[in-house]
Formats: sequence, C-alpha cells, structure tokens
Amino acid sequence: MTSSVTESIQPIKRRAIALVSGGLDSMLAVKVMQEQGIEVEGVNFFTGFCVEGHTHAIRKKDKDKEKRNNALWVAEQLGIKMHIIDISEEYKDVVLNPRHGYGANLNPCLDCKIFMVNQATLMINKAREFAGDRGFDFIVTGEVIGQRPKSQRKATMPIISAESGADERLLRPLCAKNLPATLPEREGWVDRESLHDFSGRSRKPQMALAKKFGLDDFAQPAGGCCFLTDESYSNKLADLWKARNERRYELDDIMLLKVGRHIRPQPHLKLIISREEGENRFLEGYRYQFTSITTVSCPGPLALVDGNFQNDEEMQQAAAIVARYSKGRSSDEVTLEVRSPDGVARQVTVEPFHPDAVPLAWNVG
Amino acid sequence: MTEAFHELDVRRMLCPMPVIKTQNKVRTLASGDCLRVVCTDPGALSDIPAWCRINGHEVVETGEAGNEVFVVLRVGEDNGALF
Repeated sequence: MTSSVTESIQPIKRRAIALVSGGLDSMLAVKVMQEQGIEVEGVNFFTGFCVEGHTHAIRKKDKDKEKRNNALWVAEQLGIKMHIIDISEEYKDVVLNPRHGYGANLNPCLDCKIFMVNQATLMINKAREFAGDRGFDFIVTGEVIGQRPKSQRKATMPIISAESGADERLLRPLCAKNLPATLPEREGWVDRESLHDFSGRSRKPQMALAKKFGLDDFAQPAGGCCFLTDESYSNKLADLWKARNERRYELDDIMLLKVGRHIRPQPHLKLIISREEGENRFLEGYRYQFTSITTVSCPGPLALVDGNFQNDEEMQQAAAIVARYSKGRSSDEVTLEVRSPDGVARQVTVEPFHPDAVPLAWNVG
Repeated sequence: MTEAFHELDVRRMLCPMPVIKTQNKVRTLASGDCLRVVCTDPGALSDIPAWCRINGHEVVETGEAGNEVFVVLRVGEDNGALF
C-alpha cells in the first residue's frame, strides 16, 4: 500500500527537445536541464551552409585535424539522443526571402532561428500526437540575450517565441531569468531560480559554467556555425545570383562555393579552380555536370567551368587562367584538356596568364 | 526471423549527409538488421560510429578501400523512428 502511494506521487518525468548546434551554449543549456532532471533529446538541422567537418574532409591540408561532427560529439558527451534533420530544401526560402532581413552579410539569423524553433515545435506537436507520454513537453535553446547582433537580442526573444509557434514552450536556460517565466517554469517542471541570467557578448559566464560542469573540450567557431556569416562566402553567393539574373540555388551550388578559387573572367563564365589535392578530388565528382579543364603538359589544378563558352577565345582565356595556377605557369605554353560533361574532350595549348594579368576584379569572394 | 542485410551508397556526400542518410535508412529497418554504408567522406568513419553509440546501434565493422570508406552496423532495439 505504501509503495503504491509513493508511486502515485512520483512526478512525471518531463522531456525537452534541445536545438544543438555543437557549440558551447547549447551544450550548457542541455546540461542545465539535465541537472534539473529533465530528459533531453537533441535536434540538429542541416541547412547546407553549416560550417562542419566536411570542409576538413575536402581539404588535404586539414586532414590531420580531428574530424568530428560537433553536434554528435556534444550529444555523446551529454549522453543524449540526437536527431539530425536535413532542412536544406525548405531552408532556401529563409535565405532567399528573410522577413526580418539579413545581418552584416547574407545571414538571415533571426528568420533562421524562428525557422529552426518552428521545426522543433512541429516535432514536439507531432510527438505529442503520436508518442503520448514519450513526447516532448518543451523546447530548449542555448540563446543568450545580446550574444549575437542580429538574432539574440532582448527584442528578438519574444519574436522568436511567437513567430515560431513555440510561444511559452520555448525555454532559454542560460538567460531565462532575464525573460518572463515560460510554461516549464510556471508549471514547476524546472526551477526558475536555478536557471541563469547571462547577457551580452562576454563568454566569461559560459566559461565559468563549463568549468563548473567539468567541460573543457568544446567547439568555439569564431564566426558562428554558418557560412552565411562569412563575408567572402556571401560575396560568392551574391555573385552567383547576379550571374544567373535570379536569386536561387541548389545544394551543389552552395557546396561548390565552399571549395576552390573562384574567378569570373566573363559575366556568364566562372572558373572554380582547385587549390590542392583534396579539392581536386572533390571537384572531380562534378565533372559529369560541368565542363572541366585539366593540364596535360604539366601538373596542375582541376577547374570546373560554371557557364558556357560562347566562342573559342573564351575557352582559350579560361585555359590560360587555369595554366597560370599550374606548375607550368612560367613556361611559354601549357597544354590543357577541356572536357564537356558528356566526356568529349579537346586539347588546347595556350600561353599561361601572367599572375599580374588576372585582374583582381575577377576574383570572386 | 532472419536478419536482413542492407546496403546504403552515400558516396560523394559530405558530412553530415552520410549520417542523415544512415539515420533515415535505419529508421526503416528492424532491430538486428545489418546495414553497410559506403562513403567517400572519410569523416564518416568517426561520425557514423559516434551516431551509432549515441543511438544504441552496434558498429560491426569499419574499413577503407582506396578513396572509399565503409561502416557496417547492426540496428539496436530502437530504430529511432520518431513517430
């Protein structure tokens, strides 16, 4: 009898889904929840613009660096399950039409956060419908007021909660005490007093909390975890839209913007020239989609041609640019092979461009 | 019931797509089934086993052949299907 009474007053184990980027803040937010007995599962969204292990996978010079997916690594450290979701297709609308505009570059940070929290909201709604008690009660993020200029400000916090549809089910454990109490706090699922009041760009409170939790290995990407915050990358994306006369992209486009030297000698022609063996191998996989140029008479890079040659002069100009980046750059002439996507190839022999003869304006990015 | 052996080709895909494709494939498999994932991104050799450890699947074998790497896993008790 006694045991059944005890059982009947056992509190329900509350469950949260946490947006985990792989950085320190979301890691801490999960840890704070776990300290309060909340069962957490992580979700990580792949937008196509993520700065992740794959750039290391491409570039040979990075081969010695430890390759790891930070979100998975964080999940393992925290002992939580992790759902990685490909949202790259739906995400295009966020990049192309951000309702709240861009940050310093083509980074739609506020719309991005709203979109991701909305995706998490749809997940918890679905889980409640189908999984009953195994569903999730609320959403957790590692947001800190004042941490990021575009999305993490006092004024944007309620916008994210409202426009994502998460409303009061969105809890930010690292800055909750600076915000009105949310449902998990009011219902007593979590103890508001044990949450935090971090604000501003300083990382000191996070470092102190990490130390308290005994966490000493975590990723701290300087520009966040998204290529869109990078000026050079954003310039390449803007150039792509300008050349196509329309704002659109495919996943391959945005992957290729992360690789190689991008040179646009004609408004309708861009060369993507590998800088080393790893990039060479990566670009190799695109030769059935693009015209490509390789050197024959000496070692040299592989270049993809984004666009179509309108005449032989344009093809020779492109070959001479590629020759400039080959081992034969000081030779009088270099022979190259120009191959179309269907495999039809022809050889051309050109005088390599003198390094100073490639105008800076042709460099994209 | 005989455990099935499945193959997944994620060559040319970059991190985290091999993990996402593996996760989505495993959600359609039964506990005990084996899946051999073939990749060209060497990062998959650390990411897929990490994903397996987190989600309770067994890594049976990993290896490299030329520019390709592979991971063979056995689906754990919970295939991770969300709903």
